[in-house]
Amino acid sequence: MTKKIKNLNLNFGPQHPAAHGVLRLILELDGEVVEKADPHIGLLHRGTEKLIENKTYMQAVPYFDRLDYVAPMNQEHAFALAIEKILEIDVPIRAQYIRVMFCEIGRILSHILNVTTQALDVGALTPSLWGFEERETLMTFYERASGSRLHANYFRAGGVHQDLPAGLENDIAKFCETFPKIINDLENLLTDNRIFKQRNVDIGVVTKDDALDYSFSGVMIRGSGIPWDLRKSQPYDCYDQLEFKIPVGKNGDCYDRYLCRIEEMKESVSIIKQCLARMEKGPIKTFDGKISPPSKAEIKQSMEALIHHFKLFTEGYRVPKDEIYTAVEAPKGEFGVYLISDGSSKPYKCKIRAPGFSHLQSMDYLIKGHMLADVPAVLGSLDIVFGEVDR
Amino acid sequence: MNNLIDLEKKINSELTTKINKTSIKHNQIYVEIDKEDLIDVVLFIKTNKDTKFRQLIDITVVDYPEETQRFKIVYLFLSHEFNHRMILSYFINENELISSLTNVFPSANWMEREVFDMYGVNFKNHPDLRRILTDYGFEGHPLRKDFPLTGHSEVRYSEEKKKVINEPVKLEQNYRNFDYESPWEGTKYIKEISETNDKKN
Repeated sequence: MTKKIKNLNLNFGPQHPAAHGVLRLILELDGEVVEKADPHIGLLHRGTEKLIENKTYMQAVPYFDRLDYVAPMNQEHAFALAIEKILEIDVPIRAQYIRVMFCEIGRILSHILNVTTQALDVGALTPSLWGFEERETLMTFYERASGSRLHANYFRAGGVHQDLPAGLENDIAKFCETFPKIINDLENLLTDNRIFKQRNVDIGVVTKDDALDYSFSGVMIRGSGIPWDLRKSQPYDCYDQLEFKIPVGKNGDCYDRYLCRIEEMKESVSIIKQCLARMEKGPIKTFDGKISPPSKAEIKQSMEALIHHFKLFTEGYRVPKDEIYTAVEAPKGEFGVYLISDGSSKPYKCKIRAPGFSHLQSMDYLIKGHMLADVPAVLGSLDIVFGEVDR
Repeated sequence: MNNLIDLEKKINSELTTKINKTSIKHNQIYVEIDKEDLIDVVLFIKTNKDTKFRQLIDITVVDYPEETQRFKIVYLFLSHEFNHRMILSYFINENELISSLTNVFPSANWMEREVFDMYGVNFKNHPDLRRILTDYGFEGHPLRKDFPLTGHSEVRYSEEKKKVINEPVKLEQNYRNFDYESPWEGTKYIKEISETNDKKN
């Protein structure tokens, strides 16, 4: 007697803790083996690009915080750089160090979240409890500089919004001393852990060619052994003056990507230290009154400052007609802004290139032939945040 | 090709008739082509040993509703080998079909789905052209310039019907778009004066 066997369709999400947000993944299963994966995205679509087209350049910055909400300032950086390139303005050196320092803090924020929650997905609870304590400390630094823990709205074209408050630099320096110990603790729990290795080694392997064809970037491409980091290859702000290494993986599996992230956190700590050591007192935004708003004291004294203030917060600054693509190395990969300005004070078009979008797209290719239990492991190592995938 | 000027020459000499215009700006090369030549040009820049644009970064569209050729389709490429970026573009009419890049770059799949979803541009030979970011059963193409910012319909939970319902958007107040460029609304002559002043500057 022959029995007919039908494949099982399984809905993974949209409310699944291992989906890292609102992902609806439709899996076609043959027993426990995944035959096909079809991710349905867009459940967090807010029309960011449409909204940006209707806001002035300064009003558009907060939307970038809400993309990859675990590392907000890295996104703002791409937008600020795009405008600066079109307007051809120089950023004071102190502002560059502040921006790079906060981008690296963002990288640590994102990598802690990813490493620990991926460990959680494959069965380790403790790393997330330890890691989130450090995230809290880092978010306090965000708060002290910008006024809010997550949605910073701190970077501006031409610099940053305000100078660092007294004592913050010391506290960040102290954090840099204690944090490497926490990384070691995390590594003690995970790196040689038998269960963690069984769940991650040789899972979700990406070859070099496929990493290129599927438009991977960031850790996803470095884990497969391609030494490519925009901070080195196309340096922006003061990255070319800093010394840091780019960790590269060998096998392109989930475990190598985990190792890359751990090493990158160590490098980030060293970059933050260098920034703190080189930072000197000085201006934190461009002096051009047509672009950066005057101080409150100035408004009380100078008529011109008052006019500038009024024009900047009603009309906003105009950006000449141009077309540009600018990318930064965000924690998750290449985050880019394709900006078209038309000479008015609002962007004509602002396309956001999110790294997670092309990473998630390859889900079907990565998971085909793996077991159902590998889905959370692979998904975790892709480092998906739905704020940026859905935009 | 180690610098952009050589690259520009190379592309112009190898693809002569297929290239309409090239320029270099912001350390990137901008190339304009015709819609029919897309696959040929992309295959060339991907495989040629002097260009090696091995990665498709993104596909997007710019909408110019007043023009006859309404949509500008933009492709962004990256060459790791030579550290170059290329912005490839061409114009199409509203209802024109364009070829899909999915056979050359598998990552074009979702990017083209997004373009289809947001702008309503159709692709031929695309394996799976569905909406991607908008809701199931959504109508319209949100990133077109003639699509209102507030959308056409809104979703809410109805207490009477005990289910989520779709209704047309009701605004308490019209969406206001201030024209900051002139201090007085409707005084067209002031705008004209400021425009001529801008030209003088």
